[in-house]
Amino acid sequence: MAQKLTANRLIDGVVLYWRAGGWTESFAEGEVLPTEEAAQAALAAARESVPRNEVVGVYLFDLTGAQPLKEREIIRALGPTIRPDLGKQAAR
Amino acid sequence: MYRYDEFDAAFVRERTEQFRYQVERRLKGELNEDQFKPFRLMNGLYLQLHAYMLRVAVPYGTLSAPQLSMLAHIARKYDKGYGHFTTRQNIQYNWPKLKDVPDILAELATVEMHAIQTSGNCIRNVTADHFAGAAADEIEDPRPVAEIVRQWSSLHPEFTFLPRKFKVAVSGSPHDRAALKFHDLAIEVVKNEASRVGYRITIGGGLGRTPYIGYVTGDFVEKPDLLSFLEAVLRVYNENGRRDNIYKARIKILAHSLGEAEMRERVLREFIEIKRAGTLQVPQEEQARIEAYFAPPEFEALQDTALPADGALGQWITSNVHKHRAPGYVLATISLKPIGGVPGDISHEQLDGVAALMEEFGYGEIRASHEQNLVLPHVKQSDLPAIFARLEALGLATPNAGLISDIICCPGLDYCDLANARSIPVAQKIATRFADGKRQHDIGELKIKISGCINACGHHHAGHIGILGVDKKGVEFYQLQLGGSAAEDASIGDIMGPGFAEDEIVDAVERVVDLYVTLRRPGERFLDTYRRIGMEPFKNIAYQEQLHAAH
Ligand code: SF4
Repeated sequence: MAQKLTANRLIDGVVLYWRAGGWTESFAEGEVLPTEEAAQAALAAARESVPRNEVVGVYLFDLTGAQPLKEREIIRALGPTIRPDLGKQAAR
Repeated sequence: MYRYDEFDAAFVRERTEQFRYQVERRLKGELNEDQFKPFRLMNGLYLQLHAYMLRVAVPYGTLSAPQLSMLAHIARKYDKGYGHFTTRQNIQYNWPKLKDVPDILAELATVEMHAIQTSGNCIRNVTADHFAGAAADEIEDPRPVAEIVRQWSSLHPEFTFLPRKFKVAVSGSPHDRAALKFHDLAIEVVKNEASRVGYRITIGGGLGRTPYIGYVTGDFVEKPDLLSFLEAVLRVYNENGRRDNIYKARIKILAHSLGEAEMRERVLREFIEIKRAGTLQVPQEEQARIEAYFAPPEFEALQDTALPADGALGQWITSNVHKHRAPGYVLATISLKPIGGVPGDISHEQLDGVAALMEEFGYGEIRASHEQNLVLPHVKQSDLPAIFARLEALGLATPNAGLISDIICCPGLDYCDLANARSIPVAQKIATRFADGKRQHDIGELKIKISGCINACGHHHAGHIGILGVDKKGVEFYQLQLGGSAAEDASIGDIMGPGFAEDEIVDAVERVVDLYVTLRRPGERFLDTYRRIGMEPFKNIAYQEQLHAAH
């Protein structure tokens, strides 16, 4: 199952997604990791930004098609469902 | 209200500066997250689904107007314009930046507020009856006791690393508005046969994964013995509580595995020991000093008057206004449950508006309730129309206190990192379904409580109707529980059966409520009818449509 990689930015808590050796705030721009090998390689690389004090709480999550599999990750990628004016969805 | 003495002020200042230093070190990389996490949790800072979350303590739920204005200021300057009142009488901010938190804490300290004891395995911020000091049925204001417990526990070296968190609640009234029996320890002001005032101590209550109703372990503790008795309880817990399993570490597990008789005996043994050492008494002048801070305002000599009963004002008075101990005065609940809104949320404009209202009409004081509302504790009956008009203008005049749309609801999956399902949208849909004021008043007292996971921050076990969100293979489902109560007739709700899908739960609740309306006897609340007729009829009606669909 394809996955993406996420974390929170240390300084302000903003949700981030892994992309080509760095981080982006946008779920859509996050890199799709099609295989378990790709996912583990990205995770290992991403963990290096933890000691650099850029991010906290790095983890992988599953996708179904282009979307997160779990409601939790859908909400994390957008913002609270009850406040469309807040979170990433608000910036659109 | 309680004012900090120099020790309190210095303590909070020091903690704020310590945390500033810890944040600096964290941002520079001198501390890693594992090292930093205990510090941030000790200062009420969590990492949630979208961002950090800061939980600010509101000791015994009491706030002054300048404090409320400060909460508004913080929402505006450092967060996204609002705060969220919790079921622990605290307020949470959902979007603070780590780099700003030391400044937020420093600003809070200027109005004698902080975020200490809102997290970690310590004695947490003490909660109190939100009608304390004003209720008509009160024996004595319990907040001085809460303050003494706060001072005693804040820095107590023996109790900083308990097996688990420890929640204390206090009340001075026979009518329990503070969910006493669901706390690790509850202190209730009581009178004995000789009309002497003392304390009844209940221990071992709790919600969460394994809910328990607490039991009385001290029937009548004399006033000067209070801290000795509490120390005895805490010692028994500290020595015998399980530290090997986080799910079995709360005092409720110890209390109910030892049993009432054994627990009483052990506490008594410790108590006698402590008394023999003769150290732990609150000095008389300190007691008097603290009590003086909680002295009620000087009420005018007024008479009770007939309150308006008609129109929107009348409807609001019927549900949101409560009897006061002083003639001519009332308590007024400001509902933070607008129909379709987020339970407990309040904007910075509203916070400022309420602060102004408090100054003008409410002796500058307000309470946060565990039911996620605000309460003006002392208002003149003659001021009610003006207060209502101001609340209407602020969008805070929802006439639903204690009714079906006054739902307790945790943040759930919309914010919470631990959640299994969303809870707020369910609360919103139920409130909207029952929006009609006449219908709500006809249904009468009905407490719906919703949690987004088994941790039960939304007190679902104690709801007349409780709803628990669960995750079934990535899909949100909702379990119904009936018959819980957090009042003096405390009970744990019974689980109805398999959960309902998100698009079924509101219909199921409506069918349950409609059946109650059909079957109730005169004067019966939902809870009374449930206790009389049991789960079966409600279960049949709740699942009816699914049964039809299955056949
Ligand atoms: S009950 Fe669960 S979902 Fe709700 S706030 Fe508590 S931990 Fe979060």
